[in-house]
Order: sequence, then C-alpha cells, then structure tokens
Amino acid sequence: MMKRDEMLRVFARQRKNEVVVAVYMAAQEITHISPSDLNYTFTGAMGQGSSHALGLALGRPDKKIVVFDGDGSLLMNLGSLVTIANQAPKNYIHCLCENGCYETNGSVPTPRAGQIRFAELAKTAGYRKTYEITELAEWERELPKILNAEGPVFVTLKVEPGEAYPENFPRLYSIEHREKFRQTLAKS
Amino acid sequence: MPDYPLTAESIKNQFKRAGVRFVVALPDRVTSHYLLKGILADSDFHVVQVCKEDEGVSICSGLYAAGHKSVLMMQYTGFLDSINAIRGVAVEGHFPVCMVVGLLGKEPDVAPTKSKKYGVKIIEPILDVMGIEHSLIERDADAAQIAAVIEKSFADAFPSAILIGREPR
Repeated sequence: MMKRDEMLRVFARQRKNEVVVAVYMAAQEITHISPSDLNYTFTGAMGQGSSHALGLALGRPDKKIVVFDGDGSLLMNLGSLVTIANQAPKNYIHCLCENGCYETNGSVPTPRAGQIRFAELAKTAGYRKTYEITELAEWERELPKILNAEGPVFVTLKVEPGEAYPENFPRLYSIEHREKFRQTLAKS
Repeated sequence: MPDYPLTAESIKNQFKRAGVRFVVALPDRVTSHYLLKGILADSDFHVVQVCKEDEGVSICSGLYAAGHKSVLMMQYTGFLDSINAIRGVAVEGHFPVCMVVGLLGKEPDVAPTKSKKYGVKIIEPILDVMGIEHSLIERDADAAQIAAVIEKSFADAFPSAILIGREPR
C-alpha cells in the first residue's frame, strides 16, 4: 500500500509536460504537489474524470494525458472503460487511486471494496496494457515505462491517505483556471 | 426524399458549417437511422460512441478544452439521465456542450410542452430552469439556424440544446 501523496510525489519528479486530469483527493493534492497550468481539475460531477480526459486525448493526440481517477468515481462511470478502449487513444494513461472508500464523503467503503480487479476490467474492456501496483518502489521503477507505453494504459495504484493538504474547491472548479488551462494547452 | 420536411443532410451540413468535427453520440431512435448513420459514413466527422450519455457531456468538455467543437447526440431520455453532469460540468463549469436531443414520441407539429408524452413535455421547462437556450427543429427551415446556435454556444462558453422534433430523413 502506498501513501497517495508519496505516490504523487514520485509522479511529480518524473513529470515532463503531461496533462494531468485528477479527481477528488488526488485533485486537491496534485495542485500542491505538482502545480501546473496543465492540471485539469474541472470535472464538475463525480465519475466524469475519465471522460473529460478522453476528450482531451482525442483533441490533442500529441500530448500525453494522465488521469488520476478514484475507485468510487470509476464505479460510477464503468462504461467509460469501454468507450475509451473503443477509441483507443495512444496518449491515454488511466491511473486508478484505489483506496476502497469514498474518502471525500466520510470514508464509507465502496461496494466490494478490495475485491474488484479493476485492471482486469480494463483489460477485458480493451485497454492495451494494464498494471497493478502496490509498492512505491515498484511505481517509481515502472513509471517511465508507463509514461512511454502506447495507450490506452490502465494502472491500479493501491493507496491510502498520506499527509493532509488544504482543500481548495474554488480552485478545482474555477472557470479562470480552466481558461488558463485552455490557453496553456493551446500553446504547448 | 425532397418532400420530407426535415432532412438529415440539412442537419449534417449545419454541423459542418459550424466547424464541428467530433460527434459524440449514443443512438437515439429519432436520429440514428438517417442522421447518425450518415455521420458515421462521413469521413469529415470523428464519431465517439458512448455507453452512457453523461460521458458525452464530459467528452465534449474535454474536446472544448483542447480547442475543438463537438456536438452530443442523444435521445431525450439520455438528456434526463445526464442532468447532474449537464448541471455540474456544462452549466456551472461554463462548457459549451451542444446537445442534439431527439424528442422520441413527440407528435408532428405539436409544441413539446403540449405533447401527450410526459417525458417530452418536461424537456423545455427543465432547460428553461437550467438557463439553457433551446431551439426546436422540425423542418429544414428550422435546421438552417443550427450552425448559428452552435457558434453562439461556443462564443458564450455555455451549453445549448437543439431539439429534434421529428425524424430527419
């Protein structure tokens, strides 16, 4: 099991110019750990992160799109696995922060917490490559391969809460930041 | 079929005129046979087939953030099923999601709010409450405004709805 903030710190150290789409706790944390105008946190409704990322991936096939999704979120939009696999964007990396609960909403367990092989669902849906990672050292070792692999790639990351970061919901859904994102992406 | 009041070709041409390249869709019985199949066969369009309509709200939003125009085609049932995504993503997030909504079961030349079909009757009032502009398309003359509706939606960065009141052929 990895601390989520430590997992994100490993990513931040290896991040180049990837677009990051993050939801809920990962969205709050990425804005502190890897601040960038290419952080897309404007997903607006639970479960929708993977679908926003598909739009970005199809619209900018020259950019790597890395999603930090949640297991509760993905359970709400499981069909997106099939939609994404059907489009098969080569630049799509779908990282699932599996914590087994709805952490933002009081840490109530998800249905069948810890018993679902999300990577197997992604493989069956048609993702080109899947990973299941539980240890930080393994994440650090595999990440360069993951970032360079032909997508869509799916990575289950077994995580638990780490250090607490200040929540800033206005930043997550700010239209000004969304416009800044659009402008930055257009120039990059 | 020149005598038919609404043609799929007129709608498709309006999408092109507005600069729409991506069509995000879940088959709608009103538009699937002539319009969606025609779009699938047209290499000017990239079709993203979704498993559920609310995915489409977010895919269109991601495409907008990446600099592209798109439309989301769905049946009114899919619109009703996607209200929270339309609320949270498109309305509150100011994403120009252009929804092309088939009003399955609407009687020809009857206003949607006067339809005997409950699901059809409530669509325009819901759009009004959400502050989303809507246009009813039943004839080619109505279809001529589609490009302008799409362009306004993108200029305003706000969602819009194009309600298809009869099957285009």
